[in-house]
Amino acid sequence: MLSGCDLVLLHPAGDVARQESDLMIASVILMSLIIVPVLIAIGVIAWRYRSTNKHADYDPEWDHSSKFELMVWAAPLLIIIVLGAMTWIGTHQLDPYRALTRTGAGQPLAATTQPLEVEVVSLDWKWLFFYPQYGIATVNQLAAPLDTPIHFKLTSTETMNAFFVPSLSGMIYSMPGMQTVLNAVINKPGDFDGFSSNYSGEGFTDMRFRFLGMSQRDFSRWVAKVRASGGNLDTRTFNQLNQPSRAEPVHYYARFDADLYHRILNRCVDPGQLCMDAMMTMGAHGDHAMRDGAAGDAMPSHPSMTAPARDAATH
Amino acid sequence: MPDRPAIWNFLLGRLSLSSLPLDNTIVVWTFVAVALGGAAVVGAITYHRQWGYLWNEWFTSVDHKKLGVMYMVLATVMLFRGFADAMLMRSQQAIAFGSNLGYLPPHHYDQIFTAHGAIMIFFVAMAYIAGFMNFVMPLQIGARDVAFPFLNNFSFWLTVAGVVLFMASLFIGDFSHAGWLGMPPVSELRQSPGPGVDYYIWGLQLSGLGTLLTGINFVVTVIKMRAPGMTLMKMPMFTWTTLCTSGLIVVTFPILTATLFLLSLDRYIGTHFFTNGFGGNVMMYVNLIWVWGHPEVYILILPMFGLYSEIVATFSSKRLFGYSSMVYATASIMLLSYLVWLHHFFTMGSGADVNSFFALTTMMISIPTGVKIFNWLFTMYRGRVRFTVPMLWTMGFLFTFTIGGMTGVMLAVAPADFLLHNSLFLVAHFHNVIIGGVVFGVFAGINYWFPKAFGFRLDEFWGKLSFWFWQIGFWVAFGPLYVLGLMGVTRRLSHFTDPSLQIWFIVAAFGAFLILLGILSFVMQIVVSIRRRDELAVGNDPWGGRTLEWSTSSPPPPYNFAFIPRVHERDAWTDMKKHGYQRPLEGFNAIHMPKNTAAGMLLAGLGTVFGFAMVWYIWWLAVLSFVALLAAAITHTFNYDRDGHLDAEEVARFEHTGNWAPKAQGTTA
Ligand code: HEM
Ligand SMILES: [Cu+2]
Repeated sequence: MLSGCDLVLLHPAGDVARQESDLMIASVILMSLIIVPVLIAIGVIAWRYRSTNKHADYDPEWDHSSKFELMVWAAPLLIIIVLGAMTWIGTHQLDPYRALTRTGAGQPLAATTQPLEVEVVSLDWKWLFFYPQYGIATVNQLAAPLDTPIHFKLTSTETMNAFFVPSLSGMIYSMPGMQTVLNAVINKPGDFDGFSSNYSGEGFTDMRFRFLGMSQRDFSRWVAKVRASGGNLDTRTFNQLNQPSRAEPVHYYARFDADLYHRILNRCVDPGQLCMDAMMTMGAHGDHAMRDGAAGDAMPSHPSMTAPARDAATH
Repeated sequence: MPDRPAIWNFLLGRLSLSSLPLDNTIVVWTFVAVALGGAAVVGAITYHRQWGYLWNEWFTSVDHKKLGVMYMVLATVMLFRGFADAMLMRSQQAIAFGSNLGYLPPHHYDQIFTAHGAIMIFFVAMAYIAGFMNFVMPLQIGARDVAFPFLNNFSFWLTVAGVVLFMASLFIGDFSHAGWLGMPPVSELRQSPGPGVDYYIWGLQLSGLGTLLTGINFVVTVIKMRAPGMTLMKMPMFTWTTLCTSGLIVVTFPILTATLFLLSLDRYIGTHFFTNGFGGNVMMYVNLIWVWGHPEVYILILPMFGLYSEIVATFSSKRLFGYSSMVYATASIMLLSYLVWLHHFFTMGSGADVNSFFALTTMMISIPTGVKIFNWLFTMYRGRVRFTVPMLWTMGFLFTFTIGGMTGVMLAVAPADFLLHNSLFLVAHFHNVIIGGVVFGVFAGINYWFPKAFGFRLDEFWGKLSFWFWQIGFWVAFGPLYVLGLMGVTRRLSHFTDPSLQIWFIVAAFGAFLILLGILSFVMQIVVSIRRRDELAVGNDPWGGRTLEWSTSSPPPPYNFAFIPRVHERDAWTDMKKHGYQRPLEGFNAIHMPKNTAAGMLLAGLGTVFGFAMVWYIWWLAVLSFVALLAAAITHTFNYDRDGHLDAEEVARFEHTGNWAPKAQGTTA
């Protein structure tokens, strides 16, 4: 990764980022159709009509031409219609909540493929990853097998961050008491940068992690390594981990309290705290004003998440 | 609260000796420099016995032209401050790689980008546009002053009050580290228990009130005080944009005030609007602040669009092409700017429909903006383009802003924004439009209207030098940031691990250094021009202007126009010149004028004390100053001695001695 100028956003290693990047490049090409001629015209017109050039026409009263006015509205309008259509389609296809339908160009997803589930929590100032299917958890290191869809659920303890692996996919916020979702896939092996891309205070600058894309075999070995070397992430360990710290090294956990992610999301890690989803259920019977406080998605209106707290509770 | 006898806590709140950042050498030296500089200025004023002059002619003046000039001076001083912050960041980022942590720990670096952003937006860009609108708009509509001259003075001093609180935070306590928008949860008590965010809140509350009052004042002025015959569609373009911007201010600034008020409730009395317990929600703040924040960027750019329109037409010696298109474009930008705020957080996980909607509305704004660019081009087409300094800045703007606009539309493509959000690409984009649009416009406007304000032109050589340093410096400073953004580098980082990035930051620092030379050349330009003012003296119409401000003396008399002009045509002054306008030299009448008043300063001063007391929890002082503020405001309403008359002889004296010249220089208007 030490090459002089690695424009990772232009050739990312994951299919989702790849498509987002393609859309970005397409938008530049499309806009260049109008931007480049305008840039040239600025120079050409100003120079041609410089006051010392007495050969050029001079028409001080000329301030209107229906033909030109139509053109100046129509030209940008056309570009924006095309770009708008591309954006509309792209935004729906690349909606981070939408389950993947392919793992790469021309590689549709088999209906039987099980996505890798990862639950992500941003702490001050490090990243905690749960792998519910494997019963392991890690800090500041994330791994995934190649060409396998990854289904992230994200939340945060106190600060607000954005989870971003530029090689993998676009970013998404992680917010306390709320859950966001991101679907992505990695297609090339490698050791990639990941970090928070939303300023969250003092330790933000060091809030980095490594993202490892590996073959299925290597991934299994990695899981075994985490299992072999890790301790147990229970409430007490979590509370220690949750103390603000900077540039935290990688941790492995072979086990974790099964409902820990759910309790973090619903802000009831410590025994005796009432979970927000429980509060919401109570609220549903009584005071509905409490509902807003219940853990849920960033946007309750999102179609894929009508029962957010329950969704979080199924694990 | 500090650990000391209760009486001290009562008297001083949480203020104590340890609030002074004596352990920080940079701050101490800055303080020494500021103190020495301040002492020198105060000494010089005292020595030359100028206090009375400043007090009578400037500080208490309700004249829109003087207030305009004071805004420009204030903004320029704050530009130095904001730029100093930028240099600190640029040098930190150029060295802080690997084991080298640089010289600014995050605790400082974070305050610096917060201060830089907030100061540049609120006290540089906003103050500059307030300055231009103040100075130019009433002259352009043939009015003698704004609708509410006292309010205008009060607005200015409220802006100063905000500046005072921001600057005080440098030496007493510290400043917010929550970014220029004060985003929770960082700005909540858990992460910001100190006085920094409170300085930020109260500084913006005071200056925001001032801005709101300015907006109200200007809307009324444009609506009610135009010269007879100047229908809406005959108003100069700059006046149109002033109207639209003022309208935006009136509708949006209350949102800022309310949002900051809710944040202060969270901080002072423990509500949970934006914390995540008890039904609060961080995203509520993010939404509210951008509902204000996006229109805010159009508040900044619209007057500049107007200003460029005046300059392009004047220096092409030709009517503005597509005037009605320009008006409709401005008005539609004004309306659309309310429908786009969510593009600042596509990444919060809202659904695809929501994101698409805001992506499309954002792109739609580029249509009227594109129309404007074309119209400026067609204004030059078949014109006689004179490459004076204001015109050079305008050319620089056209070139730079077009590219900045394109990167902006890239960011509006929601999936692309998933990659680019919060990156240095974004930082490059908004500097591209703010520097290319607003800052270039400021220098264009200063060079254009300076002769009107002071009766002499600005030196061309230093002006051109300043232009080229800024223009090249901008691309050297921000080009690398586009590249870094595509390399996946995020904003607001004070330290890096990947050494391959360093070279780009070094180039960017060099670019900032070029901009520094541009700023210094501008200072030189002012100094040199003042010294050569006799050589550079001009008459009322040095450029072959087209609008009414060029019909009156340079500088204009206190009452602007001895006879209110009658307007028949769009470019009223061009039209008057065409019809062989002769300035009347007799038959003057007494003119009704507002009186100077110190009430604005007093009220804003009390506001500053109130803000300071709130920041430091000095409750008795807060209550006292607030009551005093109300009392003073109410008392002032009973002051009926607010106006007088300038008698006819005095008007005649001005009209005969004023600085007029029958003919524009070097032009065929
Ligand atoms: C004159 C040359 C300027 C330079 C070299 C400069 C440099 C910078 C730098 C280094 C940052 C921080 C980037 C980061 O977060 O990593 C920044 C942020 C910012 N700048 Fe500037 N800047 C300049 C002018 C301006 C102007 C004229 C304005 C507005 C009128 C402005 C508004 C901002 C804002 C709003 C931020 C964001 C602050 C935040 O992150 O909260 N800058 N600038
Ligand atoms: Cu915006």
